[in-house]
Amino acid sequence: MIRLGILDGTHAAASGHPGGSLSIADIMSYLYFAEMRVNPANPKWSDRDRFVLSKGHAAPALYATLARKGFFPYEELTTLRRVDSRLQGHPDMKGTPGVDMSTGSLGQGISAAVGMALAAKVDKKDYRVYTIVGDGESEEGQVWEALMFAARHDLDNLCVVIDYNGLQIDGPVANIVNPAPFEGKLASFGFHVITIDAHDFAQIEAAFTEAKAVKGKPTAIVANSVKGKGVSFMENQVKWHGSTPNDEQYAQAVAEIRAQM
Amino acid sequence: MLNTGKNVATREAYGKALVELGADHDFVVLDADLSEATKTCYFAKAYPDRFFDCGIAEGNMIGIAAGLAAAGKTVVASSFAMFAAGRAFEQIRNSVAYPHLNVKICATHAGITVGEDGATHQCLEDLAIMRAIPGVTVLNPCDATEAAAALKVSLETDGPFYIRFGRYAVPVLHSNPDYEFHLGKGELVATGDDATIIATGMMVGTAIEAAMILAARGIRVRVINIHTIKPLDCSIVRKAAAETGAIVTAEEHNVIGGLGSAVAECVAEYCPVPVIRMGVNDCFGRSGKVPPLLEAYELTADALVNKVVAALQLKEKMAKKD
Repeated sequence: MIRLGILDGTHAAASGHPGGSLSIADIMSYLYFAEMRVNPANPKWSDRDRFVLSKGHAAPALYATLARKGFFPYEELTTLRRVDSRLQGHPDMKGTPGVDMSTGSLGQGISAAVGMALAAKVDKKDYRVYTIVGDGESEEGQVWEALMFAARHDLDNLCVVIDYNGLQIDGPVANIVNPAPFEGKLASFGFHVITIDAHDFAQIEAAFTEAKAVKGKPTAIVANSVKGKGVSFMENQVKWHGSTPNDEQYAQAVAEIRAQM
Repeated sequence: MLNTGKNVATREAYGKALVELGADHDFVVLDADLSEATKTCYFAKAYPDRFFDCGIAEGNMIGIAAGLAAAGKTVVASSFAMFAAGRAFEQIRNSVAYPHLNVKICATHAGITVGEDGATHQCLEDLAIMRAIPGVTVLNPCDATEAAAALKVSLETDGPFYIRFGRYAVPVLHSNPDYEFHLGKGELVATGDDATIIATGMMVGTAIEAAMILAARGIRVRVINIHTIKPLDCSIVRKAAAETGAIVTAEEHNVIGGLGSAVAECVAEYCPVPVIRMGVNDCFGRSGKVPPLLEAYELTADALVNKVVAALQLKEKMAKKD
């Protein structure tokens, strides 16, 4: 369902990032429909769990999820990136109900997520904070600054997901300046580390359940994902990072997704 | 306005004000391993549960500040101006200003009066950079009294602030009990109709000195203190332009982009008269003790007097053209 929203949005906008949105669709779905404590009728509820899409270019996945959850009408997804739309190219917390942090400049969202987790500790509240960071995004030094701070302050209410789809704009992450392997680095930065298949709901559920049980340190989930997951011609193709389907491709993609439902 | 005869650095006043305000204002303070220098160390000692040292990672500090603010906290984040406005510009722009979050960036060690540390630490561009970001209120207090008042106002006003403090002890111009800080309003420091000096930060004291030298020569100069660089008090500037016909700006900042530019923009749009900008002339600073640095970079009362004389000549020339 979220994948359809991603396709509807990026197809209508003829602009946006379908590949990295499809790779996180399953985790987004789990977070908002099984994991997080949120209330679409009261998006600013102070005790809600927070979500920060640090890889802000995957906004179509966030919007599709929020729409399905009831934060705003599903039909609004096709206004994506239009000048009169609430759905900006990258998430805007001032304009879109349910968006907890404005992101898009890579490396910054994770710091904000850490700040939110710290706020919960300062205010003695029990809400949790989730953030999804891109694998390519992890080339930003700020990501590691944020990780160090989170571990130093024992932010066990923070869960960082690394969307490891292996591709970034200029090519395979491994060929650019490879931040992988992630597990050893994250562990040495003081995180409890779990590795999963990002498209296996049993593994997703087990990981987030384990994260909640870990006390005294933050958790990182390395989510091995497929860029463009669910649409055969988009899967593992770097060109679908920032290009969108034409009418014919859209019809085929929708048919493929519907067949999987 | 008067000179109390005391010299205090605005960073010192800021550090003490944090502790005082901490008693009845709910905020947290972040620093990036410079708390002894920025003087947030006083707050850290008084309220250890509300102080977080982010280490030498200014971009992350601003991001954490944004997250804290997005979760409802009021946040003060401190570093040197070079690393707050400079290093963390884009985090301030995208994570704080774009979502209009309640983060008060309190930057110390601004300007050439950093002294011996030299060019890498003497930020001369921060007012220009911060002024260019939509929705950021930019303050540059002139003395200890104004520094404390500026911090208080920022904590009681919603939205992002950038406040500039200095390392060097400068004259305390305002006596505390009868001082009122009016956000966005220039302060008329001395009356006069021959020309106007519009000064900010530590140069306000220099402007008062220059006005006294000029008064002895029979030139009556109006002096205006601009503590709010943005939003600029355009009405006091227009009035000065209309009534005195010549303006000299004075700031411890590059002549590009700071107070001089802001004033020139306002004057050019609403009441064109000669504007001469005094500041650091688009070059980097260097190491040295503060008094010889101020001499070398022509940021003294005598240099300001010369600028006023030049402005008066321009004013006369333009009058002849009419």
